[in-house]
Amino acid sequence: MKPAPFSIHIPDTIDEAVACLAEHGEEARVIAGGQSLMAMLNMRLAEPSILVDVSRLADLKKLEIGPDGLTVGAATTQAEVFHHPDLATHMPLIREALTHVGHIQTRNRGTICGSLCHADPSAEMPLLLATLGGTVTLQSASGTRTLSASEFQTGLLETAKQQGELCISAHFPSLPSSAKWGFREIARRDGDFAIVAMACIADKGTVRLGVGGVSDAPTVEEWTDLSTADIPEALNRLAWKMGGTDDIHASARYRRELVRRIGQKLIEETLS
Amino acid sequence: MTGMEDDVSEMREPLVGQKILRTEDQTLLRGKATFMDDIPIAKGTLHAAFLRSPHAHARIRGIDASEALKLKGVHAVITGEDIKPYTKPLIVGFANPLDYRGIAMDKVRYVGEPVAIVCATDRYRAEDALKLIKVDYEVLDAVVDPVRACEESAPVLHEAAGSNRVSHRVFNHGEADKVLDAAKNKTQITIRYPRNSVTPMETYGVVAEYKPDTGGYDVTSNFQGPFSVHTVMAIALKIPSAKLRHKSPANSGGSFGSKLTLFPYIVVLCVASRLAGRPLKWIEDRLEHHASSSVAPSRVTTIEAAYDDDGTVNALRMEHYDDHGAHLRAPMPAPIYRMHGLSTNCYTIPNVKVTNNIVLTNKCPTGAVRGFGGPQLYFAIERVMNKVAKELGMDPLALMEKNLIPAGSFPYRAPAGALIDSGDYQQVVKDSVEQGKLDWLRERQKQARAEGKLYGIGFAAAVEPSQSNMGYISTLKTKEEREKAGPKDGAVASCTISVDALGSVNVVGDSTPQGQGHQTALAQIVADELGLNFSDITVNLETDTQKDNWSIAAGNYSCRFSPASTSAAKTAAERVRVKMTKVAGRFLNVPEDDIEFADSMIRSKSNPDNGLEFRRVGGLAHWSPSSLPEGMDPGIREVAYWNAPELTPTTANDEINTSLAYGFAFDFCGVEIDPDTGNVKVDHYVTAHDCGTILNPGLAKGQIRGSFANAIGASLYEEFVYKEDGTFLSGTMADYLIPTAAEAIDPVLVDTVAIPSPFTRLGAKGIAEGNQYTTPVCLANAVADALDYEDVTMPLTPSKVFGWINSGEEMAPPADEEKTEERLSVDFSGDALRGEGETFVPAPREKVWETLLDPKEMAALIPGCRELDKHAEDHFTGTLKMGVGAVRGTFEADIRLKNMRKPESVEISGTLDGSLGVSRGTGWVELDEVEGGTNVRYRYEIHLSGTIASVGGRLLSGAARLLINQFFRALVARAAPDAAPRKGLLGKIRSKFGGNS
Repeated sequence: MKPAPFSIHIPDTIDEAVACLAEHGEEARVIAGGQSLMAMLNMRLAEPSILVDVSRLADLKKLEIGPDGLTVGAATTQAEVFHHPDLATHMPLIREALTHVGHIQTRNRGTICGSLCHADPSAEMPLLLATLGGTVTLQSASGTRTLSASEFQTGLLETAKQQGELCISAHFPSLPSSAKWGFREIARRDGDFAIVAMACIADKGTVRLGVGGVSDAPTVEEWTDLSTADIPEALNRLAWKMGGTDDIHASARYRRELVRRIGQKLIEETLS
Repeated sequence: MTGMEDDVSEMREPLVGQKILRTEDQTLLRGKATFMDDIPIAKGTLHAAFLRSPHAHARIRGIDASEALKLKGVHAVITGEDIKPYTKPLIVGFANPLDYRGIAMDKVRYVGEPVAIVCATDRYRAEDALKLIKVDYEVLDAVVDPVRACEESAPVLHEAAGSNRVSHRVFNHGEADKVLDAAKNKTQITIRYPRNSVTPMETYGVVAEYKPDTGGYDVTSNFQGPFSVHTVMAIALKIPSAKLRHKSPANSGGSFGSKLTLFPYIVVLCVASRLAGRPLKWIEDRLEHHASSSVAPSRVTTIEAAYDDDGTVNALRMEHYDDHGAHLRAPMPAPIYRMHGLSTNCYTIPNVKVTNNIVLTNKCPTGAVRGFGGPQLYFAIERVMNKVAKELGMDPLALMEKNLIPAGSFPYRAPAGALIDSGDYQQVVKDSVEQGKLDWLRERQKQARAEGKLYGIGFAAAVEPSQSNMGYISTLKTKEEREKAGPKDGAVASCTISVDALGSVNVVGDSTPQGQGHQTALAQIVADELGLNFSDITVNLETDTQKDNWSIAAGNYSCRFSPASTSAAKTAAERVRVKMTKVAGRFLNVPEDDIEFADSMIRSKSNPDNGLEFRRVGGLAHWSPSSLPEGMDPGIREVAYWNAPELTPTTANDEINTSLAYGFAFDFCGVEIDPDTGNVKVDHYVTAHDCGTILNPGLAKGQIRGSFANAIGASLYEEFVYKEDGTFLSGTMADYLIPTAAEAIDPVLVDTVAIPSPFTRLGAKGIAEGNQYTTPVCLANAVADALDYEDVTMPLTPSKVFGWINSGEEMAPPADEEKTEERLSVDFSGDALRGEGETFVPAPREKVWETLLDPKEMAALIPGCRELDKHAEDHFTGTLKMGVGAVRGTFEADIRLKNMRKPESVEISGTLDGSLGVSRGTGWVELDEVEGGTNVRYRYEIHLSGTIASVGGRLLSGAARLLINQFFRALVARAAPDAAPRKGLLGKIRSKFGGNS
């Protein structure tokens, strides 16, 4: 369990990082916290010949939390976000979800942008980006572009980020003060990959439910004027739409059942 | 010993029995311990990496290491053929034709089996070289189910053995058949005990060096014993056993049994070091540990019970299919025989029939795991006892009490031969019921059920054996075979105690501890015997087989320490005392029977002022041999070999006293099951243990809590999962889940009797394994009670338990639901990844056909493929670089077309072979002409094996779906370049998965 040989490039600026990515194409991978990539390197599931370490770039350490939401740079760790004094006030849903992201030790190194780019179907931060309707900003030699969650999240371990592009920040909008929210995650153990994770937002007659762990990428469904009696059918439709997959920990049916049963509880809790 | 030595000097009470803090913790808790990987190695030592089989079963047609050998830093690549001339097969406890030498020779028989060893200047280079080794495999059918493996039609792992059932024995103790046939009441249950282990933090580690001067080998490793296996290694290496020097590090990062089966690696690495001409070091990594170190045998047991109306159980009949994986490694199949004498557990059941089938399957071979055969046996017995109670409408505890061995009948000879030394089971149950508040728990259950909750109560009891009889494994031989081989019995422990010229005491033992606190306990015993302070005793339990005393029973296993190692220490200390009494008596002019050892003095009991300091007496033996009594040897160094006469050989009727001392464990618990998630919450857990004399309550409680935590893992989380085709899926700690601190449950520990063993020197019995026996089946009984469900299997994963609660049909999809994307799943109970679907291509059928079958076009369709070479009309090869996300691998593709019916249908089969793994697949494609284009229908099955399956199981089906979708998207794009791209282009796609359909 030793990685294949690679060089490491530690750029001083974002431009330098982007230039390096452009030069090396698919042979280069960005590393920030390394909490997924290092394990993949050690198991030789990934063998990039060059790693571009952006964790020390001051320009990527952005962390702004305010009434507009959370803007987080690519080098900001999950723990830094979690411990920000204003997080609970403006982004309580993010705070709740972060407690489910790995463990204290991994959150001390892992970054939110890294989690978004890795795009594990069970991961909480991509789920929240999708549910809250956040954005991701990418920079390349030819400039920057900002993508919505639905544009960015293309599938299992895949995003719209192109070769040569660096994710520099992500933005999670805050909820209006009238909105209610809830979060539920079912995992085998504390800190494990979610079997199903769900975030729910209810505001002014609209219910939005984001589901992770079932499909290849987070799935968001929104209903207006959803009556309590309609919830089971709405969730059944969503469950079948996502399908779900069997894995070593849970069957596809189990995942759909959790969407129906825990989804119902979560929506009811959120609305109450 | 911070905070302790001050107290100790004032103590008048014996140290044995006191809660004394562990001396070991000073180094362990400060991070100062030296573990296997910390030991400095000789300059020039090479590092080994193993190439391992990605296949569950395959013939090796050839190995080409030429490219690997060209890599800088690579000194040697060694295969089974190279090892063969320097070894003999590793023997097991009965004559058989199996040829196992720790590395694959002509065949691989499980995923992870060693195939070659790279010896390089560092581990990184060694691993770089692995993927340059080319192995030509002929893949064979695999078998993973032990019952299926015994069928005529099953693939045979070892042709020389002729069958996968390598041993079959039937044991009759009493008249179980007769009683069961005539019984008015009888019942039966079949249980499946899963494949699990107890994973230590520290993995296997070996440094091996060939010694040209002696022709022997020096080895340092974290092998744990039994040292009977040292003889197995020496025989395999074809050297006198004295020339195989084995040293153990001072500290161990845990074993729980697993480090017994390190020994095949020692043999292989010894020869490899000889061939490489350098010392060789290997530290196992986590994936290697999961795939290829050691697991407990999984087992299928059908057990029947005959009983009277009042609940008296008269007979048990059980047939075991004990699944040992791909090879038998000494002392396997010991676990099933270690428990043989206890085939009736703690009950007065007079008749028992046991049929043992020892079966080989295409899985990781077995070894020792905490509990060693007990969890499997007791799961069956305690489940059938529970079922008897249920059928009688009797309280399960009342049924157990009806059948428990009565107090006052010990030593009790069980029908299969165990001589259960002492106990008062009724008192243990009584104490548990009171302290564990069973009445309150029953009330709690009533209330929970009234509220509609799924709440169950479970009970379990077990005899806890300790110190194994070295002869029990011979029970698997017939009487005639045993007579021919000569008797095997006993279990020797040794201890050496020296007193040096300044009177300080050094204790050397043969228990190779792995963190249990043996140093502390031995110091307590020796200090008591010699009237010294705890801190006066130095204990060193590192072993060096060329310099220390050891016996074939030496090592750390089957709760050997408390009964045996302590007895040897006590005996050696007594001998020191006898000698020093003689010396002191002469000096003090006091008769020997008036001498006492106390307060670091050796003195007259009747006149305590007449005494000598202990250290002075010790010094005399060194400084002044002439002043010693006539005929006495100088110096003080006493060696004790201790054995128990109760450990007799197997009788002609196959009765065997499998262990020396037998404790008792009794548990009950309450569980609540969440009907929405299937999650089993352990609401209340009570555990009681009588382990005889308690040497140190802190150590004893640590063992109970540790065993309980392990058992929670076995019950709720842990399983090594194999697919039917032998693919291994539990390669990482994200797949094989163990309980962490967050999942810890704090049980009620009952304060109960401690009835000494009459057969051990201190009356102590083992305590380290009790909850492995009771907890899984206690929880299973509780779940069975909560759900009124019989076929409860471990681990109790929420997804599975949910299925037991909700066996009915799932809520149907909405009638108007339209599937727009393919849904494909991996079925982990099946043998392959299967899927089917159809897609519409807006191009004529002929065009689609050409696109599919043209090598240039096909190369463009296959994700990551640049070029395909056409060898024949129906045979293509090429190199693919493909992956999902950051996961990328290079694969060699070999594609063959069959049953071509142009332009209607074709069968495409192929293999992908790369360092990430191997995949074999077949796809059936049919083209139908429809309006505006072609409808492509396809189905496929894919077998995936190797690293990617072992570590990526969670994402496999999604990845396969993604790649197949890429293929068909490309097909649409190539066959109909002008078709407007639109979402949902794949059209309606059905999917189907799993099973053997």
